[in-house]
Amino acid sequence: MPTTIIESKDFNLFYGDFQALKNINFQAEENTVTAFIGPSGCGKSTLLRSFNRMNDLIEGVQTTGETNINGISVYDKSVDVNELRKRIGMVFQKPNPFPKSIFENVAYGLRIDGIKDKHIIEEKVVSSLKKAALWDEVKDNLKKSALALSGGQQQRLCIARALAIEPSIILMDEPASALDPISTSKIEDLIYELKKNYTIIIVTHNMQQAGRISDNTAFFYMGELIECDDTKTIFTNPSNLRTQNYITGRFG
Amino acid sequence: MSHLNIEIERLKTDTIEMWCLVISQLEKAKLAIETFDEHLANEINANEKRVDAFELKLDMDCENILALFNPLANDLRFVLSVLKINYNLERIGDYAKGITRCIKNTSEPFSKEVLRETHVISMFEIAIDMLRGTLESFESENNKNAIAVFKKDEYLDKVNSEANVVIADIIKRNPEKINDTLQLLSFIRKLERVGDQVQNIAEEIVFYIEAKVIKHSKNKKV
Repeated sequence: MPTTIIESKDFNLFYGDFQALKNINFQAEENTVTAFIGPSGCGKSTLLRSFNRMNDLIEGVQTTGETNINGISVYDKSVDVNELRKRIGMVFQKPNPFPKSIFENVAYGLRIDGIKDKHIIEEKVVSSLKKAALWDEVKDNLKKSALALSGGQQQRLCIARALAIEPSIILMDEPASALDPISTSKIEDLIYELKKNYTIIIVTHNMQQAGRISDNTAFFYMGELIECDDTKTIFTNPSNLRTQNYITGRFG
Repeated sequence: MSHLNIEIERLKTDTIEMWCLVISQLEKAKLAIETFDEHLANEINANEKRVDAFELKLDMDCENILALFNPLANDLRFVLSVLKINYNLERIGDYAKGITRCIKNTSEPFSKEVLRETHVISMFEIAIDMLRGTLESFESENNKNAIAVFKKDEYLDKVNSEANVVIADIIKRNPEKINDTLQLLSFIRKLERVGDQVQNIAEEIVFYIEAKVIKHSKNKKV
């Protein structure tokens, strides 16, 4: 029986007077990749950011309904947002390494978390870089500035940084949209590998990428979750005409 | 209209053109058998090259659309269906050519009586009607005529299954015409195969329109 890791129930989100998410009901199972697709402004990134409460940083945001991670409501008053975000790694569209060395970028979250033991930090940095398929390329230059890496390497470094704090969920907001095809392929291979140990949600505008890497695909339109099904069904025989029109490029 | 839509429309137009050509090949083959017209048989032979050229073009167009546009959902089903419909149309074109080739191996025209007795002309008519029906379904994206094909094909199967007895009887009565009569058996076998190819086409149309796979299913209801 698959375990539900992420769940939204009748979830609504408002930016002031504007309702960005309308009555969302969504579930993601453990060790699966779910792709969020839909035209710009449809609410997919907003929902992604609701899982780790990144939307809290925006003034005037209000929510109703439920969003649960491992069965616990993330909007409950008792939830420590920092603890929540430690359990949920996030990777953004544009690689955003800190202006520090490669090693320090990955070690940053560990140090913030209060880990001081050098051996533990070193072990976790190495293992995170290996998991992010970057180790072989940087193992001899760990003191080099992260900003000197290529875009694809920087993005994998950001993934390594997210993995170091040992999250169970990884949220990716168009992680390969600024990368060349080779770097994109490496990120996609990495996502496929990471799925074994993590639950991954990825926002993408690339239909083929969604088809290649995800188990399930959710289509959003104007703040509504129109259809969520296994990826093969969505891309061969979607049940909703709006999904078909979007994926075939007829609107959006 | 998006670039993909333009390509899909172009592919549909070309497929319909090939379809019409193959229907015309079958009609001419029927006429050639009835009239024993060798010129018509030569014309069918020459047109077969056009059918082959269509097959190559449609294959290439499908390949290009798949590679360049990554079609999805109904667009993907359309391209996959055209790939298979194209193959089946080309096979039907081969049968039309094969039937008329037999005219050259035949010493004299078939009598109306023999053609009636063997049901060859009615087989032609049913096969052409089936092919027209699938074309109408493909053009209008309506399953109705394509589904009707499965019932019509039963007639072709029946004639084919009874053919040995009928042909043997004719040979017994006209032992001097063994070779010519055996040509008729060959027509029946080929027309039965045409029916099977049209059924394959109908299955592809259902897949394209309804996203349902009815291939190898005894119950062809959708």
